[in-house]
Amino acid sequence: MGTVITVTSGKGGVGKTTSSAALGAALAQTGDSVALVDFDVGLRNLDLVLGAERRVVYDFVNVIQGQAKLSQALIRDKRIDTLHLLAASQTRDKDALTEEGVEAVVNALRKTFDWVICDSPAGIERGALLAMRHADMAIVVTNPEVSSVRDSDRIIGLLDARTIKAENGESMEKHVLITRYDPARAARGDMLAIDDVLEILSLPLIGIVPESPSVLKASNLGLPVVLADPSSDSARAYADAAKRIKGESIEMAVPSVKKSLFGGLFRRAA
Amino acid sequence: MSLAFAASSGIRLAGRSFLAFVLEPMPPVAGWLADLDAVASQSLSFFANRPVVLNLARLEPDREETNAIIDALKLRNIRVIAVEGVDPSWVDPSLAPLGSGKETGKVVDFPNAAPRAQARPAAPAATPKGSTTIDRPVRSGQSIFHPEGDVIVLGSVSSGAEIIAGGSVHVYGTLRGRVLAGATGNPGALIFCRKYQAELVSIDGSYMTAEQSPPELIGKPVQIRLRNDAIVADILD
Repeated sequence: MGTVITVTSGKGGVGKTTSSAALGAALAQTGDSVALVDFDVGLRNLDLVLGAERRVVYDFVNVIQGQAKLSQALIRDKRIDTLHLLAASQTRDKDALTEEGVEAVVNALRKTFDWVICDSPAGIERGALLAMRHADMAIVVTNPEVSSVRDSDRIIGLLDARTIKAENGESMEKHVLITRYDPARAARGDMLAIDDVLEILSLPLIGIVPESPSVLKASNLGLPVVLADPSSDSARAYADAAKRIKGESIEMAVPSVKKSLFGGLFRRAA
Repeated sequence: MSLAFAASSGIRLAGRSFLAFVLEPMPPVAGWLADLDAVASQSLSFFANRPVVLNLARLEPDREETNAIIDALKLRNIRVIAVEGVDPSWVDPSLAPLGSGKETGKVVDFPNAAPRAQARPAAPAATPKGSTTIDRPVRSGQSIFHPEGDVIVLGSVSSGAEIIAGGSVHVYGTLRGRVLAGATGNPGALIFCRKYQAELVSIDGSYMTAEQSPPELIGKPVQIRLRNDAIVADILD
């Protein structure tokens, strides 16, 4: 029986899809089988981030409506053969996802894969609720700024109330993944400090991903950052987070400002 | 119970109780229903828009009889909001018992004149009793409503979360959200928190927003009380 992880945040644009792809790829690189499921029906992106957009034949909605078998709709990644994608439908909306359909698909994936990663849409509506409904574990993606943290807090409340685990009286394993962390801005106090974020959310931290051009570049190339630029800080942060998801204990690296000879010169010139 | 919140310069937050009639059928039920019809015929709209609680404790009906009585009242356009005195599993979940109601002690006579459309508020709320303890953080968007007594929160209350209590509110973490204590009309209610960063605190309708809060309170352990209808905040220790 695999583990179902929902990657969620409430707010849009914080890095759910990027993180889903990167964590999925990092888990798959360890040899585990991974299914990435895009719940953002109508606004699908995960196929682009994985560079699979030209290979989508059948999607999640086709499977739910019985027009395709799950095995036909799953797209195997060309670079990591343990990584699979179930794309969302771009021509439909969230109403196409039925509760029973989602349950059947997630439970079928759980039987075959070690990890089922549900990439949640933004918001607290149907799509987001269905993406968390069957999860065993939640990764709450947060940027270190007040609106993102508040929205994450709201989502955590929903994770504790609207999931199968919560309804059965069990508690769900929940972790915070801080993304787009800018050490320079944090040092200037323009961003919430990591400790403040964790104090507000009162959840354990699973990783800090620095804001980095390599993440953007990787997305545009259709490559998860752990494949595009494995030596970058962001790729390492995701790889470490994936190991922590698997239960390994790894020291948390807090990104810091890189001191260079030129950095000081530029600042003086500006 | 409703919580009125009028967004204007004179915001008042107040809990309100509504009067519901309690109908208590007497055996034989057929005769009692005939009497009811006779009363209703004198005053056609008497039961219109009036919430009615059905008390069957004296009748001791079985499941089938209970639902037959409810249906008989429905036929007469009587709005039953709850049923007391029978096994709650027998009836539709929406008709579950309300808990211990407080008798107003008033027996209302059937009037001949046209009745008021609105139920009128009952007597002032009783002294709040019975506290509730919440052993997890109260998250943004969550609302804790406890009109009966004190609320004790062992974690923090997030920005965008809300606690409404009939009595006092104790927050053993950071208070970042809104707290409305004494909301059912209790000016003696208090608010305590270990770290004050509240968006809004209110006692018995008087309130203080974050903007109005003295800056020296921020981050401090604080006690909030009401003095002459004004919110007073003291830093503890």
